[in-house]
Formats: sequence, C-alpha cells, structure tokens
Amino acid sequence: MPWLSPGESEALGLSLSVAARSLGFSLAPAILFAFILTRRRFWGRTLLDAMVHLPLVLPPVAIGYVLLVLFGTRGPMGAWLERCCGIELIFTRNGAALATAVMTFPLMVRAIRISLENVDRGLEEAARTLGAGAFDRFVTISLPLMLPGVLAGSITAFSAALGEFGAVITFVSNIPGETRTLPLALYSALQEPGGEYAAARLAILSLALGLGGLLLSEWFARRIRLLVGR
Amino acid sequence: MLEVAVSKRLGSFALDVRFALPSAGVVALFGPSGCGKSTVINLIAGLLGADAGRIVLDGSVLLDSQAAIAVAAERRRIGYVFQDSRLFPHLSVAANLHYALARAVGPHFVSLEEVVRLLDLEALMPRRTRQLSGGERQRVAIGRALLSQPRLLLLDEPLASLDRQRREEVLPYLESLRDRLAIPMVYVSHRFEEILRLATHIVLMSAGSVTAQGSMAQISLDRRLRALIGPDAVGAIIDGQIVGPETASGLTRVRVGGGELKIPGAAPPPGTALRLQLLARDVIVSTQPPRDLSVRNSLAGRVTSVCDEDANSDLIMIDIGGAEIMAQVTKAATRELALRAGLPVWALIKSVSLRSRVFPRPALT
Repeated sequence: MPWLSPGESEALGLSLSVAARSLGFSLAPAILFAFILTRRRFWGRTLLDAMVHLPLVLPPVAIGYVLLVLFGTRGPMGAWLERCCGIELIFTRNGAALATAVMTFPLMVRAIRISLENVDRGLEEAARTLGAGAFDRFVTISLPLMLPGVLAGSITAFSAALGEFGAVITFVSNIPGETRTLPLALYSALQEPGGEYAAARLAILSLALGLGGLLLSEWFARRIRLLVGR
Repeated sequence: MLEVAVSKRLGSFALDVRFALPSAGVVALFGPSGCGKSTVINLIAGLLGADAGRIVLDGSVLLDSQAAIAVAAERRRIGYVFQDSRLFPHLSVAANLHYALARAVGPHFVSLEEVVRLLDLEALMPRRTRQLSGGERQRVAIGRALLSQPRLLLLDEPLASLDRQRREEVLPYLESLRDRLAIPMVYVSHRFEEILRLATHIVLMSAGSVTAQGSMAQISLDRRLRALIGPDAVGAIIDGQIVGPETASGLTRVRVGGGELKIPGAAPPPGTALRLQLLARDVIVSTQPPRDLSVRNSLAGRVTSVCDEDANSDLIMIDIGGAEIMAQVTKAATRELALRAGLPVWALIKSVSLRSRVFPRPALT
C-alpha cells in the first residue's frame, strides 16, 4: 500500500498475521468451551467458567508473565514443545499469536455462549427423537444455529487481537518484523524523540482497522441470522 | 403391546403411572393440564429419565431400572410430534424431512413419496420453515416424525397451539395416519373432541397417576371420565356397523348392540364400521314399548345400574345387547318409573342428536 511506510506495512501485516493465527488457535477450543459451559452441568463448572474469564480481569502483563514461565525455553511446556516438535514460541510470531489467543479467548467464548443460549434445546431434543446422536446433533443442529455467535465472536476477537499489547510485549518482546505488531510499533514510535507524527499515523490506522472490524461483525451477524432463519 | 410402569419425581410433583395397552391403534392420554401427561410421553421417548420403572414396547425393553437398562432416546425408534413442532429453522421443509429419513434405521414402512402424498406436503417442500402456517408446520412435523420410521408415534398436544379452523384442517391427516399406515400412536390431549375422533383406547390421568384405562367404549361410561369432561359431553361411545340407507326417510341404518339406529347423512357402504356417541342427556327412558312418538330411534334393553350423578339427576346404564348406553334422567323420574337394575326398558334417541364418526374396523381391534 503506497500510502504506508515500509515499517507501517510490516507492522500491519504482522498484526493481521498474528490475529489470524490467534483466531486459528482459539476458535475450536472456544466453541468447545462455550458448548460445555452452556450445555453440561458438572462439578467445577463455575471454576472453569472463572478460569476462562480470567484474562478479562488480570493485567495483560501478568498473562504474558505466566506464558513466559510456562512456554519459555526452560518452562515445562516450552521445553517439551521444542523437544517433540521443534516449535519455538518465545520471541516468535506464533508466540505473539498464543498470547493474543489467550487474551481474546473470553471474548470468543462469551459471544458463542450468548448465541448458544438462544438456540432452543427443544430442537436438539427433536433431533434426538429422529435418531441423531450427540456429535451428529452438535454438528447438524447446534453448530449451524450458533453460527451467528461464532462469527460475531471471531470478528470481535480478531479486532481485539490486532490491538493486544501487554501480554505480547511481555511474552515475545518487541522485535521488528517478528513480533512488532501495530500497537507495539505505536509504543516504539512514542519512545523515540520526534516520533509523534509516526505515532499518530499508527493510531489512526489502528482506529480504522478496529472500526472496520466491528462494522463488518455486525453486518455478518445480520446476514447469517437471516440465513439460519433466526 | 405397550407396557409402562414408571415413577418420577420433579420438584414437588410426583408421577407414578402404570398402564398396559395394545400398541395397535391410538392410545389417548387424557387428563387436566398439569396431571403429568407430557411427562409420561417424555419418559416413553427417553427424553426424561425415570427414577424407577419399566417400559416395554412390543417385547423390546426400553427401560428397566432393575436391570439397569435405559435405551438412549436416539436409539428407541420412537417418533415424537411436539406441540411447538420444533422444525429445524436453518433447513427447508424438504431438508427437515430428509434429516429424519437419513437417520432412520430398521424396517421402512413409509416412503418419502407416501408421506408427502398423505400429508399434502408437495407445495411446501422448497419453503423455509418460518414461512409456514401453524397447521402446515404441524403437518411437516408429523411427516418428519413418520420418516424416522418409528415403532410408535408420540403426539404431545399437536393441535393445542392451533385455532379451531386449523385444528379441523390437521385432524383428518391424523385420522388417515391411523387408518392407512396403522402406526401405533400415543396421543396426549386435554380436548375430548380430538380424542373422540382419534383414539381407540384411553388412559385417564389425574395428579400424576392413572385413574382408569381401557377401550373408548369402556371408559365412556366411567364416572372418572364424566368428572373430567363435564355433564354436557357425557355419553356412551358405541361401535356400530352400517346396514344401508333407508330410502323412505333418507336416513342411514346402523346396527348397534342388538338393535338398530337411524342416523342422518349419506350412507357409507354397508358393513362400514362406525363409532357413535350417544349423549346421556339425549337419551329418553321408557318402561313401555314406544308408540305414537316422533322419535326415530328406540333400542330395547335392560337397566344394569342406576348411578347417582348429581343432586337432581341419575345416570341409568342400559344394556342394549352387547353394548351399554347411558341416559340422564331426573331423580323424580327414577322414582316414578321405579328404575332399577334388571328392569326391561326402551331407550329413545332422536336421530338428529347422534354424533357419529366413520371408524374403520382395523383400528378398533
């Protein structure tokens, strides 16, 4: 894009790539957790619910720190991942995506839950009497009917992922071209003397992205609701 | 044979029902709202777990709490038509029907084409479900349940959310399921007219338990049914058979018990089975053979019992030779005519007061 500087387009591209990866990590687990939390009654459900929502109330830096402890090169998960599959998370964009996924997870789960709560359980019962087993019902009835929520949740989470700062900078640091996403670039610009103009441009870029995402989310949700007949 | 003996506690409501009825024909569950009718069919369907009990359908055990058997709802092969139809909103009518057909196991007794023809669904097939009227929705729901090829069809107040006109629209379809497909059904309703038209057997329920069960003819004379349906609807239900038209009067002759009645309307072919309801308040009792009366129908019989109905009237049960009917008379009349068990009497019925329904023989067995 000609009106963006190379650094800006790099940060934008990186932000989009990290947000997309983060969505890839969190989508399936978010649907699973939303389904379990709405449809199943089990011991420890309230605790699980609270755990899912923790990133909303914890300082992002704390989340970044916990990830660093767990997934750092000497952390239990990090060491294991490197040994078994050669995956390195620390100081990489995949690490940035993981931190972002954890931070945006509650947003996704909430959006999907709300739409799932609106799906009439009676329809699942009807499917049962027609011979559909649990997985069959989930795939053919519950999932299509909660699609508006899944989509709205995904777009909101994607938009939020573009702006994730604290957890990312703590976990994977601020490396140009690898983990310096838009908000990190904005922060760096502010740290440099005379960087106000660059910061303002990045701020406007973030604003446009966020607004676009939210509008798109609304529009999609409406289309899908029409499509699934709700 | 459908054998049900289950108990279930839901909050402060305790259900404990047992009944055993032939699974051919239509079994009606009848009782006031909140007596547990829907709970019973949810237990039969397996959508609700019983606290204890046994449910056996044609020899296959669906539930036996002692043997720790509880077949999952999706494997019971029992169809269910819900009051609120529960069509899948993200699928077209055709896709709703295919959903059931694709998951049907066991012998197929009805094809998609037959269901579409029987329920007049052709024009609805490409439509989205929210474009359907209430009556159309229920027809699709019935078709969908049938296409899952169930061994038994449960219907939970399928007409309750429809207005009178729509109910009249759907009822004939239910009658044709009973008569043409001969699929066993359990029909829940709190409207006696529906049951009168559809049911072959009836289970009366009150406050979570079964108070009476039997054929429509048996239960029509039962005091507990009378208490439920109110004095205006009280009347014997008897099975008759068309003899043929009476050319002089334009009426149709029907054999009932040891006698014959004449009913208005065109005659179906001779031999056709028919169900008649003789309202107790329309039956007049005479201790002498009737003469010089405008009444078209008289049946000779014998009083079997005299029941106290309310402060002013008695119900006289009369055996007319193989069938029993009921007459409501004042207590004064009971005294003056000295009506008592064993007395030979004549029951007089104005032909226009007969409510009758054609009811094919297979469904009556």
